[in-house]
Amino acid sequence: MASSKASRLGEETRMDKVNAELVVLTYGTIVAQLCKDFDSDYVEVNKQLDKMGYNIGLRLIEDYLAKSNTVRRCANFRETAEMIAKVGFKIFLNITPTITNWTSDGKQFSLVFDENPFADFVELPDDGRAQDELWYSNILCGVLRGALEMVQMQVEAHFISDVLRGNDTTEMRISLIRYIDDELPPEDD
Amino acid sequence: MSYYFAIVGTQDNPLFEYEFGTSKQGGDGQSRFTEQARHLNQFVLHSSLDIVEEVQWTSGQLYLKVIDKFFNNYISCFMTAGNVKLMLLHQPTAVAAGASTRNSTSVGVNPTSPQTEEAIKNFFTEVYENYVKAIMSPFYKVNMEIQSPVFRQRVAAAGRKYL
Repeated sequence: MASSKASRLGEETRMDKVNAELVVLTYGTIVAQLCKDFDSDYVEVNKQLDKMGYNIGLRLIEDYLAKSNTVRRCANFRETAEMIAKVGFKIFLNITPTITNWTSDGKQFSLVFDENPFADFVELPDDGRAQDELWYSNILCGVLRGALEMVQMQVEAHFISDVLRGNDTTEMRISLIRYIDDELPPEDD
Repeated sequence: MSYYFAIVGTQDNPLFEYEFGTSKQGGDGQSRFTEQARHLNQFVLHSSLDIVEEVQWTSGQLYLKVIDKFFNNYISCFMTAGNVKLMLLHQPTAVAAGASTRNSTSVGVNPTSPQTEEAIKNFFTEVYENYVKAIMSPFYKVNMEIQSPVFRQRVAAAGRKYL
């Protein structure tokens, strides 16, 4: 039931559209430039993308809450996953990744991307390393980490497969580390 | 018919080359160039670039049809909007040229028939579409050699489909 509600929310939320190629080329240029700036040190490029995403996520969550009219808190992490996939991704990227591979404790799940609007036309550099080291869409991990941190959830997100690398699917693994308690401001003494 | 296809960049620099044979009329898709001709093909094709510059302003079309002939080698050209040339050298096999006239309009035999022109046009159009996709990759820079194996496969597929 919660799932259908989430889908409906995602469908109903109207967002301004932007040309898909603009997104593809802009994001592609960022990644290509990072690769150039860091001399094809793809581990570092992944880190930078994640950091960029984190900074986007910190602010994007506000936009998400304002536009999606979700006033209620998610009761558990499963519900959070539904909202991420069916509302968050739907309104910002117009895709709905599939949620699978839950661990039994309900703290880890995978998002499988059937389509990835960032990766159209993209072929990773053929230098023998990019295929093994670069996570092209790593910015998304950062976005989720940043956004969830702002709503009291510390998570860890990383890609475990990508069609650009020749895998069958694009899959991101997200694990809940802890709920962040409201912390009291440090006392003066 | 044997084909030698090349993409020539804006600085007249080669970006991509691919050699194949006809798949029509029971062809096996293998080219029948002699070892000597293989080396010559590149020269023949690039020497036609002068002609391309002459004819490119005359028709206003991207597809320039057969622009040059060197003995039994025919050169067709398709010019992209970005001044990159898709060039195809086609060489009818000697046997086919002397064989019965029954198939004389078919793609594999008569290099200047309307059917052949149309088939080559379709081939170019499909390659052009894939070329655009290949250069849209963020890791590709203008006038860089196209190394993408996916693109090569697609060119091969277009060759099988139309020629």
